[in-house]
Amino acid sequence: MKEPVTLTTDVLVIGAGGAGMYAAVSAARSGAKVLLIDKNVVGRGGATIMAQMTCASALGEAEPDSPELHLADTLEAGRGLCNESLSALLCEGSPIRIRELEGWGVNWARAEGGGFSQVKAPGHNRKRCVYVDYLATGAAICATLRNKVSRDDAIRRLSNATITDIVAHEDVAVGAVGYDIPTATPLIIKAGATVIASGGMTKMFQRTTASNNLCGEGIGLALRAGARLVDIEFLQFYPNGHLAPRMVGLDPTTWEPTRVKLGGRLLNGRGEEFLQNYTDTQGGEAYDTARDVLTYAIYKEVEEGRGSPHGGVYLSFQHVPADAIERALGPVLEIFARNNIDLTKAPVEIFPIAHYQMGGIEVDAAMATAVSGLYAAGEVVGGANGANRLSGNALPEALVFGERAGTSAARHAKRDAVRDWDTAIALPYVDTIRSIVGRNNGNSAAPGHLLRELKALMWSKVGAFRTAGDLAAARERINAMRLNDIETLTVADAATHNASLVEWCELRNGLLAAEALALAALNRRESRGAHQRVDLPQADDNLRKSQHIVLSGGTLVSDFAETWL
Amino acid sequence: MTSKMACLRVFRGSDRAGGCYQDYQVAFEDGDSVLDGLTRIRADEDPSLAVRFSCFNANVCKECSMLIDGKVEYACVAKLTEGITQVDPLPKVPLLRDLVTDTLAKKERL
Repeated sequence: MKEPVTLTTDVLVIGAGGAGMYAAVSAARSGAKVLLIDKNVVGRGGATIMAQMTCASALGEAEPDSPELHLADTLEAGRGLCNESLSALLCEGSPIRIRELEGWGVNWARAEGGGFSQVKAPGHNRKRCVYVDYLATGAAICATLRNKVSRDDAIRRLSNATITDIVAHEDVAVGAVGYDIPTATPLIIKAGATVIASGGMTKMFQRTTASNNLCGEGIGLALRAGARLVDIEFLQFYPNGHLAPRMVGLDPTTWEPTRVKLGGRLLNGRGEEFLQNYTDTQGGEAYDTARDVLTYAIYKEVEEGRGSPHGGVYLSFQHVPADAIERALGPVLEIFARNNIDLTKAPVEIFPIAHYQMGGIEVDAAMATAVSGLYAAGEVVGGANGANRLSGNALPEALVFGERAGTSAARHAKRDAVRDWDTAIALPYVDTIRSIVGRNNGNSAAPGHLLRELKALMWSKVGAFRTAGDLAAARERINAMRLNDIETLTVADAATHNASLVEWCELRNGLLAAEALALAALNRRESRGAHQRVDLPQADDNLRKSQHIVLSGGTLVSDFAETWL
Repeated sequence: MTSKMACLRVFRGSDRAGGCYQDYQVAFEDGDSVLDGLTRIRADEDPSLAVRFSCFNANVCKECSMLIDGKVEYACVAKLTEGITQVDPLPKVPLLRDLVTDTLAKKERL
C-alpha cells in the first residue's frame, strides 16, 4: 500500500445515503467543513436510493393529520420498545424535511387540488405517505441530495473510500482510519466530530433487499469505539419479497407497492386466500396488515404445507385487466418481460426477505452516542422504531436524524473539538489494513466464501423465526468466524481496487454486528414484533425494556439494565 | 432445476495493451445475471478479480457497467448464457484493474 494521507475536517460523515448526505448538508449549514465519504459512490450506494415509494409525513394535506397521530401509530407498531423521544423527533421532523427537500427539487407527487398526494400505508391510520413516483421515491431524494452536496463548497466528497476504525483518544472520538480503494492509500482523518451513517446489516442474510454495502460495518465501528447498541435483535423481514421466478434488474421489494397499487391477491399454494386467518387480533383490512403479522402468516402457510413450488406464497394480479396493469406499471413491464414475468398469465412467488434493521447504535435525541464526538444517523441507529417499523418510516428516519446529527456534530466540532493529535495514534489501525494485503494469498478460502456461509447461517438460524438452540449455534459459529476463520482468508495483493481487501474489512466489522444480533436474539427470551421465538411464543411484560450490547475486552456483553440516556 | 455452465472470458490486467483474458467456468440457472457469475468467481475461485457494484441486481447504482460481448451493458441486467461470453472493462475511460474503470467525478477522488 501507499504511504498514508492525512485529512483534517470539522465533521466526518461516514456513508453518503439519505442520512449521510443530509448530515453533510446540515453540518455545512451550521458552519462546519465536512468530509463526506462513501464506500461506493456518494448518493448512489446504500439503502435510500433503493427505497421504492412511501415516506411517512404528517403533512395533513390528504386528510387531517398531526405528528402526534403519526407518533401514536409508530409507538403501536413498535410493540412497547420505541425510544419515544426518538420516535417523536422522527414524526415532528418529517414534514419539515419533506418541505425542505421540495425546495431543493424533489418533485413530490401532487393531488389534483395541488396539495401533496398522500397514501395510506400498512399500519398508518391516516393517508400519510408522500411519494415521488411508483418505485422511484428514494432515487429522487438521492439525486436531489447528491446535487445539493456537490454544490456546497464546504463539503468535500470522497467516493470509493472505506472507513475501518474510529480513532478514539482519551475516550473521545477524534477521527477515523480507512483507505482509498482505487489507489490503496491509507487515510488518517482528523475530525472534530464524526457521524456514522453507513446503514444497516441486512446484507448478512442470504435473501435480502440490501445493497452490497449494507453489511453492518457501522455497528462494528461503533462497538470498537466504545459505543453501545440497543435492541439489535429486531430486524424487519419484508413480507412481499420477490422469490420466483429469478428476477434481475429490479429491486426485490417491488411487489409491496405493486400489490397495493393494483390490488394484488396473496394466495397460498392451493390458490386460497389466507390473510383473513391471521389478522383477527390486529384488525383492519388485508392491505393494512403490519409487516410482522404478514410475515408470520406467510411463514405459517409454508410451514403447514400450503406453500408455492419455491417455498413461498403466490401474489396474483390475474384478476386485474391487462390494460389496467399496463397503465399502472408502464415501463416496469419491460423489465418483468425480460425476466419472463407476465402478470396477466401467471402469479409470482413471494416470501419474506431481510429488509431493515430496527435496532442499532444507541443515541440520544441529539444523535450523540455514548462516545464523545461520535454521532450516528439513519438505519444504523436503534430505538425510533422499537420492535417493528411502520412502512414509510425509514426515509424520514434517514432525513430527520441525518439533519439532526449534522447539526449536533457541527456544534461539537466548534465547541469541543480535539483535532491536534499525534498521527502516531492512528498508525496501529493503518498497520492492521496493511498487514492484510496479500495475506494467505491463494492458499485458503476467499472472503466471499465466508460471507456466503455467514449469509446462509443468518438466514437459517437468525431469521424471522428463531429458537434458543439455533441462536446459540449461530452465535458460536459467528464468534469462531470473527476470531479464527477471518485470519485464514485469502486476500489478494493487488495494488489497485483490491476488492478482497474491501470484503475482508467488511467481514471484520460486519461479523461483530452479526454476532451482536445472534447474542441479543438469544438473550431476549420472548416474542415481540419482528423478534419471534418459536420456543417462547408470547411477549413477556417483564421484558418490555431495551437490551444493550457493548464490546468489552473483545467480548460482546449484553444487559437489560436502564439506559445511560 | 439443473445447473447449466457458462464460460466467462474476462479481461485481466491494469493496462489495456498488456492485459490478457482468463476463462472461468460458472454454474448458473436460467435468469441469473453476469454479475451473479462474477461474484461466484470471486467467492469460489479467484478473489483477485476486480469488479465493482453496489446495489446488486437492482440496476440502481449503475456501477457495474462494462462491455459484455462488445456491448456496453450492466452486468446485473445481462443474463448468463451457455457458451463463451466475453467481458471487458468500459472503453474510453481510464482502466483501474480488470473490470473496474475510473468513472468517478474528479472532485470525488482522493
